[in-house]
Amino acid sequence: MAKVKKKIKSIKIDLDKCNGCRACEVICSAFHASPKYSGANPGRARIRMIRDPLRDVYVPVYAGEYTPAECMGRDKYVIDGKEYDECGFCRASCPSRDAFKDPDSGLPLKCDMCEDDPPQEKPLCVQWCLNDALIYEEREEEVEEEESPEALEVGVKALTDKFGLDQIMDAVARMSMSKKG
Amino acid sequence: MRYSETGFNLEIDLSRGNIERVETDPRLTELYLGGLGTNAKILWDRVPPETDPFSPDAPLIFSSGLLGGTIAPGANRTIITAYSPQTLLMGFSMMGGFFAPEMKYAGYDKIIFRGKSPDLVYLWINNDKVEIRDAAHLRGKGAVETQDIIRKELNQPSAHVAAIGLAGENRVYTASIEQGRSSASRLGLGAVMGDKGIKAIAVRGTNDINIARPDEFIKLCNEVLEYIKFRNANPVPNIMTILQGLGSPQEMVETDEKWHTENFSWGNSRIRRKDFWTKEIEERWKSVQLDVRKRLISCYNCPMKCGAIIAVPGLSIYMMKCFTKLTYTMGALVDDLDFGFRISQRAAEYGVDGFSTPQIMAFGFELKEAGILTDADFEGCPSDNEGRFYWLLDRIVRREGIGDILADGTHWAAKKIGKGAEAYVHNNIKKHEQLPLKLGMLNPVYYLMYATGEKANITQIEGQFPQAPFMTMEEREAFVKDWFQVPDEKFKQYVLDWEPRGEHSNPLYPTVDMSVDIVDWQEKMHYIDDALGVCAGLSSFPLKPPYHMHNYPHFISSASGIDMDETGLTEVYNRNRNLVRAINVRRGMRRADEDPPEDHWKKRFPELEKKLLDAYYKFKGWDDDGIPTKETLQKLDLGYVAEDLEQRGIIKNG
Repeated sequence: MAKVKKKIKSIKIDLDKCNGCRACEVICSAFHASPKYSGANPGRARIRMIRDPLRDVYVPVYAGEYTPAECMGRDKYVIDGKEYDECGFCRASCPSRDAFKDPDSGLPLKCDMCEDDPPQEKPLCVQWCLNDALIYEEREEEVEEEESPEALEVGVKALTDKFGLDQIMDAVARMSMSKKG
Repeated sequence: MRYSETGFNLEIDLSRGNIERVETDPRLTELYLGGLGTNAKILWDRVPPETDPFSPDAPLIFSSGLLGGTIAPGANRTIITAYSPQTLLMGFSMMGGFFAPEMKYAGYDKIIFRGKSPDLVYLWINNDKVEIRDAAHLRGKGAVETQDIIRKELNQPSAHVAAIGLAGENRVYTASIEQGRSSASRLGLGAVMGDKGIKAIAVRGTNDINIARPDEFIKLCNEVLEYIKFRNANPVPNIMTILQGLGSPQEMVETDEKWHTENFSWGNSRIRRKDFWTKEIEERWKSVQLDVRKRLISCYNCPMKCGAIIAVPGLSIYMMKCFTKLTYTMGALVDDLDFGFRISQRAAEYGVDGFSTPQIMAFGFELKEAGILTDADFEGCPSDNEGRFYWLLDRIVRREGIGDILADGTHWAAKKIGKGAEAYVHNNIKKHEQLPLKLGMLNPVYYLMYATGEKANITQIEGQFPQAPFMTMEEREAFVKDWFQVPDEKFKQYVLDWEPRGEHSNPLYPTVDMSVDIVDWQEKMHYIDDALGVCAGLSSFPLKPPYHMHNYPHFISSASGIDMDETGLTEVYNRNRNLVRAINVRRGMRRADEDPPEDHWKKRFPELEKKLLDAYYKFKGWDDDGIPTKETLQKLDLGYVAEDLEQRGIIKNG
């Protein structure tokens, strides 16, 4: 199969360098305001500082996928003796918490790496983090080009797996007869 | 639509338990901008000058500034205003942190309290939902501890909480209001909060702050950030380390304390220890600081790192900034910085001002040594320097025995104690304890700032202009070369001509007129910051800051939509400056009160000082007693102030 190039965008988060200022949140909310920069409201940010100063916990987390249901269980990390919040590193817009939901509509928010036209050199949170706690990295990877199957094919294959090819063919034949009939 | 401000205040009547969301008049924003300016207007309008600071009628105002919560870096200050129980004048104390932006996101520019709650309560603001909640279970709890307890019981980890400790509950005149890594410490506003029965305010907000001209605004903000990067990479050379960069003095970063420990005074602002900073002390102090300092932290939306998380083994974690690590250590005459970090933890939980409190304690022990206070007053007090400071701190915040008297600060304590105690109160201005700094030669600029500063706190008045002349012409030329922040080119010449010795040196240079110019500029920037809610650490305090007279008008216009230029902004500054002055004048402040501590400088020049004060008053449009004239007030749309002062006979002969 053919090889294609894919751009991987990532943000390296160095917790030790974070000063906890939340500039990342407020500039994110301003960039995504409409019109751009017309407002500020960290409640709408697609990055959230999970912070608990008295435990020295400062974790910037980016909004990832929406999930309609919570996980079956929760995790809690302890790193170098420091306990982080429950689900403290999770990016999901999840029913279990209020992060990454638009405060008015409740719709999920997701980091888009500040897609812009013309493109931004770096996402705004990175640009505004003068302490280098957030570092933007971009690289290209060669990946196998996958032929994505048609939706119909996916559906038929799933039915075939369940009922067997014969039954499916019979069903299709019956349906076509009755339509003609 | 209102831009840059929410357009609403929250009015809380604690006596009746009434809560109202009140729309504000946009015209007041044009006249006073916000923050300190509109706070002063409310204080002037609402209560007569006879009002006691602890009267139920006296307002307590928590305000954001006009730019607070926008993306303008460092626009995070909370400006708290009430009458100070200590000075009896207008008390305005400010704190950084996260409170004011969150309050604006909740939908309010200010929270204005009046009345008194019969029981200890806390306020919980969650956008439109505002509740007065019982705080009986928080009585006696630490100011830092309380913030955490409230966040947990509300299950609101993102809420920000401003709280008082035991000192505020007991109306100690140096009680602070603590919040995150910040505190509003000066002038005893924590005592007013405690008197009103408010243990804490918790706030969470998820509303927008709107910007009038976003394209212009983001450009200005990006320029500020770029300049911060430049300044962080290019400290100002040829001056002491802690003044080279931006932010407040970098006391959490720096471990070299030679300058402070050898030049500031120890004990009751008495003793200079010129050979204190030995190699052993340097090593010990450095290792102590680095051991307890867990992380350098900032306030909301600010790239600086002026504060730190401090974890002393065996004590609960707290946050610290600036100078407190030294004030207790030096006040108590203790040679180990470990003591400073330990007692500061207790002081932060009690919620007391780290400037005044150690001096009050040192004053107490001086009175004991002088025989004015007796062993009976200190029964049970340990004899070692560390132990006795803890002992007295505990007494003061609980108002027990001698602590009850000292809890009112040195001025009022000396009056109560009598027996010549007043002679030991030697470091106050307007009844308020000052930095323990005793110098040789009078600096005319500092004389004026100390004398006339309404804030009664030098760090909130000084800034922008070098504290001392540069040694050589090369250094001066290098300094003025890229000094574009000056509002007028003449300031560069002042620096070029200012010499460490000879004709062009202190006290005669800067000349009287130059000194007035310089002080006016310094004050102007602080008053603007305090109306906009921008931290002095990025503006009025450091040399060559990112915010200055040339870009501020654009910030204001693009954020709020108010037409503003440098002339207009100067007028707003003059209006706010005069209104604050008028409030204090109406409460009895006069020229006689504008008197720096007698021993602040060894060499004093009464004639020159008189000329300086005369020239300053004249420049301001005030009479010889420091009272704004009718014409001055009328020019600034403060005709209503002139009328009131005239009716009271304070302004005479029209």
